[in-house]
Amino acid sequence: MTGTELLIGTRKGAWVLRDDGRRGDWRLDGPQFLGQIVSHVVQDPRRPEVRMMAAATGHLGPTVFRSFDAGATWTEARQPPAFPKAAEGAAARAVDHTFWLQPGHASEPGVWWAGTSPPGLFVSDDDGETWTGVAGFNAHPMYDKWVPADSGTPDGPLLNQVVIDPRDPRHMYVATSTGGVFESLDRGGSWAPLNKNVEANFYPDPYPEYGQDAHYIALAPTRPDRIWQQNHCGIYRLDRPGDEWVRIGKAMPEEIGDIGFTIVPHPRDADTAWVFPMDGTDVWPRTSPGGRPAVYRTADAGASWRRLDDGFPREQGWFTVKRQAFVADAGEPAGLYLGTTSGEIWASTDEGERWRLLAAHLPEIYSVAAASRE
Amino acid sequence: MIQVLIPSQLHSYSGGRSRVQAAGMTVGAVLDDLDRQFPGLKFRVVDEQSRIRRHMRIFIGREAARDVAEPVREGDELMIAGALSGG
Repeated sequence: MTGTELLIGTRKGAWVLRDDGRRGDWRLDGPQFLGQIVSHVVQDPRRPEVRMMAAATGHLGPTVFRSFDAGATWTEARQPPAFPKAAEGAAARAVDHTFWLQPGHASEPGVWWAGTSPPGLFVSDDDGETWTGVAGFNAHPMYDKWVPADSGTPDGPLLNQVVIDPRDPRHMYVATSTGGVFESLDRGGSWAPLNKNVEANFYPDPYPEYGQDAHYIALAPTRPDRIWQQNHCGIYRLDRPGDEWVRIGKAMPEEIGDIGFTIVPHPRDADTAWVFPMDGTDVWPRTSPGGRPAVYRTADAGASWRRLDDGFPREQGWFTVKRQAFVADAGEPAGLYLGTTSGEIWASTDEGERWRLLAAHLPEIYSVAAASRE
Repeated sequence: MIQVLIPSQLHSYSGGRSRVQAAGMTVGAVLDDLDRQFPGLKFRVVDEQSRIRRHMRIFIGREAARDVAEPVREGDELMIAGALSGG
């Protein structure tokens, strides 16, 4: 039966929500890899039966699992992402966990990219069986400036995203928690910061060339020259070939602000995107402002935002939604799905107008990915 | 041969066995032999800089090994353990 699946990564394993083919009724299956810290599970859009999972445990080192039968069985990577052995006296980096898995360009079957903590960019050209470091980033002369050793999130410093231009496999972006956004025009061989006009208010110079915390970036699928960014300090948009970001979050209601972890572009309308604001005041609770969860949608490229909260708790709803835990599917109308750190999955199948709870009582949710079922 | 105690965290590699045998003159060499027998095991215990991972412990007899270069002798028992790692 064709349909939609939600691939859910949690602090304690992986689950799958499967729909009835109409996004009406959903069945929760799992867990797989109970107890493993699953940062990301994604489907390969080039071969929908292929899935990739980034896992570690509290004790064991990080690894990658691969499935070629839509998640029924998994095999471990023979050579997971790992930094090269350090020279005597040099900083000896080790991958703590793989945070982000990115299927390669449509023209490059079998190619996958990975972002890790501490920040590293890795590539596989054999469906994730073996991974090698991308020296253009990991050994860049500016690496220590872009990724200061003492920087990081509570889960460690991150190369939290790899984004590939659908028109050109050589054109890539990465987002980091330590240096902001970087761009490559030569398939990762060289990189340059792309952070002009993006605030980093935790530095003496609040608009540095690099140093920003780029929580999430996304290209508009139907206009890949448009980049949306939910940054640590606000919501931004950049239209290439320009290189100056615009703080579109300034149009959010002042009492809500524009702090959050993620931004979701519409699958077809390049002017539409959704965010899930969180409280960035005072000591930064990073929960729904006022305990009233809501998604906000712009339909005019960020000039204005509309609150969408029908179905969410009216009070005492202290949601936190992490970087990879808010996604859209490609349905008509678009479906939206978000996972909370309190283990709930919420869904809207009318582009955010109405929300309902699909699953509760899961462990802390790290990632949600929408997958198609053939 | 070295007797090696395998913790539950690694039973998915050892086929559920908690006691196996391996060869080697150092902790690292024993882990290399374990990795030949049970592919993927070593990297989950030791990182790419050959450091024992933060929440893993390796004991030679009753003594904690701090480094994979520490020697082991024929007849030694090597215990791999998952230490405390939070909730």
